[in-house]
Amino acid sequence: MPPFNVHTVLIVSAILFVLGLVGVLTRKNVIFMLISVEIMLNAAGLAFVAAGARWQQPDGQVMFLFILAMAAAEVSIGLALVLQIYHQNRSLDVGNITALKDEPLHEEV
Amino acid sequence: MNLLFYISSFVAVAATILAITRFHPVHALLYLVVSFLAAALIFLSLGSPFIAVMEVIVYAGAIIVLFIFVVMMLNLGKDTALQEKNWLRPKVWIGPSLLVLILLVEMIVLLLTAEDTAMHVTVVDPRNVSLALFGEYIIALELAGFLLMAGIVGAAHIGKQKKKQLHRFLQAEVMESV
Repeated sequence: MPPFNVHTVLIVSAILFVLGLVGVLTRKNVIFMLISVEIMLNAAGLAFVAAGARWQQPDGQVMFLFILAMAAAEVSIGLALVLQIYHQNRSLDVGNITALKDEPLHEEV
Repeated sequence: MNLLFYISSFVAVAATILAITRFHPVHALLYLVVSFLAAALIFLSLGSPFIAVMEVIVYAGAIIVLFIFVVMMLNLGKDTALQEKNWLRPKVWIGPSLLVLILLVEMIVLLLTAEDTAMHVTVVDPRNVSLALFGEYIIALELAGFLLMAGIVGAAHIGKQKKKQLHRFLQAEVMESV
């Protein structure tokens, strides 16, 4: 088994991030989109921890702790919004959330 | 340590692929737990045991439990899985996946052409992390506390069950349409 390099860790983190991005882009259910956002945040944290481990400094781990706090706040707000969306629309389809959609402009002349 | 890193990163990627392709929300969440535990093992092999513990407690513990509570409250079951199966056709996912795959290949090529160094894993213990956290990062720590407070208040306010209230423009529209 070869010793692993810095780039190997970064490639793993990039693959995880891309998987989360594909999940956000292809899913239509709000809960699955939130799950994919969590995957992306975790991958970004992995890159931070890898950079911190490369220089043997604690800064990368500190950044991961901040990402953790941000992810916790984000997911609580997001799930509260999911509950409200379900109560208003009876569905979790992002295509149904059109309350802010503008009406098509009337063709004049 | 090397073997630990390779095995756990393989498990992490496989579990993440399974998590984003499941139709049933609970199955996706269970694979997500496996993915987070594998990520915790990656952190352990990178020499940061404190982060590994935090990953297990906060991500695999708290955040997943929040998701499971919401799935239970909304009673998402077989109907949701069927709907997801209808939505997730190859025609839908193949375009974004291919484009994102191109970006990933570019990133990997850029990483591989740059100068590489071997990882010297030395354990950075929680003592050093907390010295940095409460020393030079104290302002950021307090701001994170503000953020969590705002998150709690915001979630309590948004999640409150209240009567459906429409904006006054929408109310006028509803009046007209009736």
